[in-house]
Amino acid sequence: MRNPLSNAVTEIKPSGIRKFFDIVSEMKDAISLGVGEPDFDTPWHIRAEGIHSLEKGKTFYTSNSGLMDLRREICNYLKRKQGITYDPAKEVLITVGGSEAIDIGLRAMLDPGDEVLIPQPSYVSYEPCTVLAGGVPVVINLKAENEFRLTAKELEDAITEKTKVLILPFPNNPTGAIMEKEDLEAIAEVVIKHDIFVMSDEIYSELTYKGEHVSIAALPGMQERTILINGFSKAYAMTGWRLGYACGPRVILQQMTKIHQFAIMCAPTTSQYAAIEALKNGDDDVKMMRDAYNQRRRFLVNAFREMGLECFEPYGAFYVFPCIKEFGMTSDEFATRFLEEEKVAVVPGTAFGDCGEGFLRISYAYSLENLKVAIGRFERFVKKLREEQNK
Amino acid sequence: MRNELLSIIEKNSRIDLKELAAMLGVGEIEVANEMAAMEREGIICGYHTLINWENTSDEKVTALIEVSVTPQTGQGFDTIAEKIYKYSEVRSVYLISGKYDLMVILEGKSLREVSNFVSEKLSALDAVLSTATHFILKKYKDHGTIFKTKTDDEREMITP
Repeated sequence: MRNPLSNAVTEIKPSGIRKFFDIVSEMKDAISLGVGEPDFDTPWHIRAEGIHSLEKGKTFYTSNSGLMDLRREICNYLKRKQGITYDPAKEVLITVGGSEAIDIGLRAMLDPGDEVLIPQPSYVSYEPCTVLAGGVPVVINLKAENEFRLTAKELEDAITEKTKVLILPFPNNPTGAIMEKEDLEAIAEVVIKHDIFVMSDEIYSELTYKGEHVSIAALPGMQERTILINGFSKAYAMTGWRLGYACGPRVILQQMTKIHQFAIMCAPTTSQYAAIEALKNGDDDVKMMRDAYNQRRRFLVNAFREMGLECFEPYGAFYVFPCIKEFGMTSDEFATRFLEEEKVAVVPGTAFGDCGEGFLRISYAYSLENLKVAIGRFERFVKKLREEQNK
Repeated sequence: MRNELLSIIEKNSRIDLKELAAMLGVGEIEVANEMAAMEREGIICGYHTLINWENTSDEKVTALIEVSVTPQTGQGFDTIAEKIYKYSEVRSVYLISGKYDLMVILEGKSLREVSNFVSEKLSALDAVLSTATHFILKKYKDHGTIFKTKTDDEREMITP
């Protein structure tokens, strides 16, 4: 029989998280600090709108781009929060999560051989999506001493004649790093100079704990060369609803909508109705959740520092990224032993790129009670490792 | 810091000072001082425990009593409210808008105890014109807390 598979697909490595997931699911009594989604339920008034839409029989396809009311609310939101103006008719597309927007955005922009700059550590899908779109991923290894921000120098050094797109994943999963306005201005200058495009994945924008989130699309000359990606999963605790969006120049959005139309048709209708309610009346919920995350964040950073672990202060998302290099083992070895000996699951930094070696992603999307138990075990484990070293 | 501090201890007044300080990103002494100051200023009025008595062997009856009263010249409702809230079985007294003037929340050991209070003590007050007593049959949620056993974390253990 002929090989039924595509080489391009089989050559893609499975996600580094997968392997760990398999070990964890074997252990019944393990506790986890490994999730990448909020612990809150979707606020009730948002769920109620979803239910209400079903009761009213809103069970049909929407237009390919998504409900006009939702696109308008998104535009109002971006105007209100970040001062960016988009045309809801031509510059907004509702997608199945931010993930779909990443995929079709790259497919809309790339020709074979085009290079995509991917700062790492970062979310696991940029590299495979680039490959599937025929592009060539070029990794930029971010550095702990820069608090895992992307610098203009690092960007400049990675650009070649073939560079087409820069992916800008901030606030960042897994490091929790953010890019402030000055950082973005320096990046924007290089981007404009070399005439490349930006895919700005801002899914964690509402979870910023130092000032307000700034989008690179808000900087002069950048809106016309940026696809802004955001969604409802993280801000409104709506991961299972699978709803995101992309905003950007109409020439790009038109082509993205074409792919979306053929591949997906439209994002889930129920989720779209719920999302309108989220944008209209969800500000207080976002604040409540952000405050809670912020308190846990401070608690965790403090706890790691008290253990004497190197840990830069993350100002975004819901992850802490402590350094474990002092123990002389890889992230994978550390995470595996920690799981076996203390029954706590964390994700090795290497799941998000090779330069995540020596770090762990610790999620604080857990109640404080859970965090306290887990961190107690972490402390005990660290003590044990240090005693082993001193023998 | 005050509002954030209050919102944390409103949900959990037993949280220890060290944790509280870490969560707020300030020193322990600063938190302790702030709490003491708010106690003096009458902002923090107590540290109570939320109990679902239904899950104990103790019988307790709670009633919401709407009370219509004649306000007194120069004192409005304050004097009559005081006469009511001084009874130890009265948990709360609120001045309310609408058909009635006061809402009294009463806790007793039995239906009879509560009815006796209403007929013999409350209605006997000169200023009280009428009352309407509502017995609570079941508490679903109190002080922002839902009285239901918690469900397990249904999320996948590891996600990107």
